[in-house]
Amino acid sequence: MSEVIVVTSGKGGVGKTTTTANIGAGLAMLGHKVVLVDADTGLRNLDVVLGLENRIVYDLTNVINEECRLRQAIIKDKRFEGLHLLPTAQTKDKSAVTPESMQKLCTELKEMFDYVIIDCPAGIEQGFMSAVAAAGKAIVVTTPEVAAVRDADRVIGLLESKVGIKDPKLIVNRLRTKMVRSGNMMSVDDIVDILAIDLLGVIPEDEKIVISTNRGETVVDNEHSLSGKAFKNIVWRILGEPVPLLDLQDEGGFLSRLRKFIGLSN
Amino acid sequence: MLGLISRILGKEDPGSKNVAKERLRLVLVHDRASVSPQLLQLMKADLIKVVSNYMEIDEEGLNISLDRSENAVALVANIPVKKLKRVAT
Repeated sequence: MSEVIVVTSGKGGVGKTTTTANIGAGLAMLGHKVVLVDADTGLRNLDVVLGLENRIVYDLTNVINEECRLRQAIIKDKRFEGLHLLPTAQTKDKSAVTPESMQKLCTELKEMFDYVIIDCPAGIEQGFMSAVAAAGKAIVVTTPEVAAVRDADRVIGLLESKVGIKDPKLIVNRLRTKMVRSGNMMSVDDIVDILAIDLLGVIPEDEKIVISTNRGETVVDNEHSLSGKAFKNIVWRILGEPVPLLDLQDEGGFLSRLRKFIGLSN
Repeated sequence: MLGLISRILGKEDPGSKNVAKERLRLVLVHDRASVSPQLLQLMKADLIKVVSNYMEIDEEGLNISLDRSENAVALVANIPVKKLKRVAT
C-alpha cells in the first residue's frame, strides 16, 4: 500500500529538494503520513528548505550504522501534521549509504508511513544509485534548458534500464510563460516530446518560492501562489486524480495585468 | 536591411528556442545511441577500408553522422566516389 517515490533530475539546481518538500507537505495536508528522506549525504538541504535544521540530532548514516534507532532520527514537521523528515549527514563518510542499506531502510519506513519520498542527489554516481534503489516510482524534475533536459534524458534511461523503474513521471520546473510565448524558451510540449515520458506537472517560475524557501516554508499551502497551486495539482495527480494542467498563460497576459492593475488579484 | 527594419520596429529575432531544440536533438541522438566521436572515427576508418576495395573514394570528403527522424536513429554516410574499380566477377 505504501509507496516509495524518488525525486531525481541528473542536473543539480533544477528544484529537486523544493519539489520533494512541497509534494511531501501537500500529501500531509491531505491527511497522509509522509516521510521525506534526504539522500544527498554531504550536501543536505531538505532540512533547511523545511526549516527543520535546528532539530536534527541523528541522521540517516546513524540509522544505517545502527548508532540510533530509526524513530530517533525521524523529525516531525512543525507545521504539517503527518509530515516527517529523515535528514542525512552533512559531514560523515557516505560510503555507508548503499543500495542495500537504502532498501532495508525503506522497507522499515514503508511500515510506518503511507509515502516515503526520497530526495536524490544530483549526478548519476553511487549516491544516485543508492537513492533510487528502493524506489518503486520516480519523478524526474527538469527545467526548460538544454543541459537540464539532456541530463533528465540520461536519468530516464538509467531508471528504465539499470534500476527497473518503468514509467518515470516528468515535472517541468521554472517555466517562464512569457519567454515561451516569445519563442525564447522551450515549451512543455517541446520537452515532453523530446523526453517521451508522462507529464506529472508544470511549475511556473515564481518569486514566492524564493520567499518561502528563505523562511524555511513550503509554497504548496499558499493559495495565492500559482506555483503553490501547481504543486497541489501534482499532489492530486500522485493520488490518482486526473487534475487538468493549470493555465499558466494568464500570468502576464493582458487580462491578468488589468486585474492586477485594478487590484482584483495579487 | 530587413534585420534593421525589424530591429527598428522592435521585433526580436525568431527566438532561441528552436536553436535549443535542435542542439538538444543532436546531443540526444549521440547520448542515446551511446556513440562517442572516437567510435565514429573508428567506424569511419573501417568504412574507408571496406569501400576502397570496390571503388576509389574521396577520403577527405567522407562524412558520417548519426541522425534521428521520428523515433529511429539512422547512420548517414556521404561518401564521394572518385572512380569505380573493375571488379573481376
